[in-house]
Amino acid sequence: MSGYPVSVGVEETTVVNPGVRRWAAAALLVFSAWMPLAWSVQGDPIRIGLTPVFLDDQTSFVEDWRAYLERRLGRPVAFSQRSSYRDIMDLLLQGKLDFAWVCGYPYARYESELRLAAVPVYQGQPLYRAYLIVPSGDTATRSLADLRNKLFAYSDADSNSGYLVVQYQLLGMETRSGEFFRRTFFTGAHRKVVEAVAAGVADGGTVDGYVWDVLNEFHPELTSRTRVVSRSETYGFPPLVARRGVNDRIMREVQGALLSMDRDAEGVALLKRLSLDGFTEGSSSLFDGIRRMMAAVRGSSGAAQP
Amino acid sequence: MLHNLSFRYKVPVRSSILILVTAVFVTVSLMYRAYDDMRRDLLFNAEGMSRVLVRTLVPAILHDDVWQVYEVIRSAYPAAGADTTLASELIMVLDAAGNTYVANQPKRFPMLSDPALGGPEFTLLKRAALQHQEEAPTVVDLDLAEYLYLVMPIVSDRVRLGSLVLGFPRSLFLPRFLTIAKRAAWMTLLSLAVLLPITWYWAGRMARPMIQLADCMARLGTTTPEHMRCDLYESQDEIGRLGLSFRRMLAELQEKHALERQIVVADRLGAIGRLTSSIAHEINNPLGGMLNAIDTFKRHGNCEDERTHRTMSLLERGLLQIRDTVAALLVEAKAGSHTLKPVDIEDIHTLVAPEAAKKSARIEWHNELRMPIDLPATPVRQTLINLLLNAVHAVEENGLVRCRVWARDRRLHMQITNDGRHIPADKIEHLFEPFSPLSETGHGLGLWVCYQIVQQLGGDIQVHSEPGSTVFTVVLRYGENE
Repeated sequence: MSGYPVSVGVEETTVVNPGVRRWAAAALLVFSAWMPLAWSVQGDPIRIGLTPVFLDDQTSFVEDWRAYLERRLGRPVAFSQRSSYRDIMDLLLQGKLDFAWVCGYPYARYESELRLAAVPVYQGQPLYRAYLIVPSGDTATRSLADLRNKLFAYSDADSNSGYLVVQYQLLGMETRSGEFFRRTFFTGAHRKVVEAVAAGVADGGTVDGYVWDVLNEFHPELTSRTRVVSRSETYGFPPLVARRGVNDRIMREVQGALLSMDRDAEGVALLKRLSLDGFTEGSSSLFDGIRRMMAAVRGSSGAAQP
Repeated sequence: MLHNLSFRYKVPVRSSILILVTAVFVTVSLMYRAYDDMRRDLLFNAEGMSRVLVRTLVPAILHDDVWQVYEVIRSAYPAAGADTTLASELIMVLDAAGNTYVANQPKRFPMLSDPALGGPEFTLLKRAALQHQEEAPTVVDLDLAEYLYLVMPIVSDRVRLGSLVLGFPRSLFLPRFLTIAKRAAWMTLLSLAVLLPITWYWAGRMARPMIQLADCMARLGTTTPEHMRCDLYESQDEIGRLGLSFRRMLAELQEKHALERQIVVADRLGAIGRLTSSIAHEINNPLGGMLNAIDTFKRHGNCEDERTHRTMSLLERGLLQIRDTVAALLVEAKAGSHTLKPVDIEDIHTLVAPEAAKKSARIEWHNELRMPIDLPATPVRQTLINLLLNAVHAVEENGLVRCRVWARDRRLHMQITNDGRHIPADKIEHLFEPFSPLSETGHGLGLWVCYQIVQQLGGDIQVHSEPGSTVFTVVLRYGENE
């Protein structure tokens, strides 16, 4: 899964612990407010990669979560944000990140090099759905088949709900996405898919159901301009993964901190800001559905590339 | 309608129209100016904007990142929501073929669609965009178009990727126009509020003399000039001069009228005089014969008879009375007489004084005559006595009679004034006729005699009477024939 909403224009944001020595000088100026806390935690930082997973104005959330994890782990934590899954996966696979919150699709694709750290629990289950949405003015569309020769918006080519699900459905229609739609484009975030459909730039789009639901709660004026045509079956919620090489102790510590977030007030408050119930250990089998679709799409020679 | 209106209203109405017309002209020119300014500002800003946008858009278009392009143009000119009817800027990116790459109004101009479907003006716009080759913005201002366009080609390394079109709805100018119009309307009302009372007052001042003059002239048709009393505006301006001319004309009219009446009276009196005199002569001839006959009869005839004697005497007395009356009618002013001396006038004072004393009337005597005057004393004295006795008769008990006699410029003036009952205007015309009905005593020949004498002496007699003062003025010329 990819392309959770983030503020428009923030292409790349790096939140680094100022304990990193060579950044210290700059950080002294910028993050002077953090200094007492920063000096209290010692050791190599744990590096966690994020894509625009978060909803609007969540920079403060990232910072709060980082401070929370530092306190829980007793060591520095650095978050790195990139605009696409590909960038984060590259950093992770190159060992420049220890953990990353990614989509089930890249997890399934690079499973051999990754370890499942935790899966968020949403509405009681570590599951979510993909939504097919159209502008609210379009009352005729009943399924994806009605969108033939229309303009279609994806979020990210490495996203399950924002790309793979539709690619898989198109297989059943004996056509390729390049021929089925008049034109497709990537917005880079689920929220922007909703915006594109709401504004009428696209005649339809595929979006993370969790993102749509949360937007519906906090920004109903946006989602009300779209209509959910169909909801897919459930898939494993975008998980937090670690690269294979991560130290077991760190893996256990981070897992422990995440899984017990719903047991202290501060953790619950942070989870509430994400509309999540908590984190669970999860299992690889949660992503079997994604693996199946991935295999089918790959098998159809190149349909995976729009 | 306006044509027949009084100047009282015509002037304010005209000045109001003038104010309104001026306001309209000023407003229109302000609007035109505002439109020009707005258009220039808008295009100036739009040019800068289009250059910035094109630079930003080139990489996104090269990567075919249509969403990025949309986000850029949307952040530049956010389209109004579908639910609002407010006009907003249109911004389109056209591809090299002139089709819509993306627009900030995606519902109206969907991706890949032909913009010409949006309306006829977009066909022209598309043609203009495709023809425009320079790497500089150009303005496309189409008549009756919904938008004012600025077209900027998107060029990367001399390869034309497409065009950026910025459209500014003309209706954006409307609120500014309305503001100007509203402001102008208020200013016009304000100036009307200030200027209308002023013009009203001014028109009143200007029209009043004209109205007075017009009313006065209108009265001329119904009133005789003698009784016209016109209060006219006095000044040196046109209306003042008009009033002056009118007054002069009126005065001349009055004079002419008076003269005509005088001539009529004089003619009548002259005719009466001629008639009387010829009748008197016709009567006098047989009358003389008859008196002679009676005289002869009384002297030589047999008139011892008492009855015959009485009859003859009766006849004689009657004939004598006729002779006296006829003699009175036959005024002979030029009968031989001595020259008038101041003492002749004084004598008259003495003669009249007892009459005045009977009524306790006072006589103010001003005899300014110091030298003898070349006029026959008898007719002048007779005239003066007649006039003075008339005056004494006219005054009430304790009344006042004033007599003034003076000579100047070879004219003898005699003015007799009394404060008795005044003579009504309609009677004055017949005052000098013989047997005047005005005379309460005597046979009413007094003034007739005066008139005849004055006429024969080549003079003039005038009477002017108003309550409390009746004036007879006699003017006699002398010493001219010598």
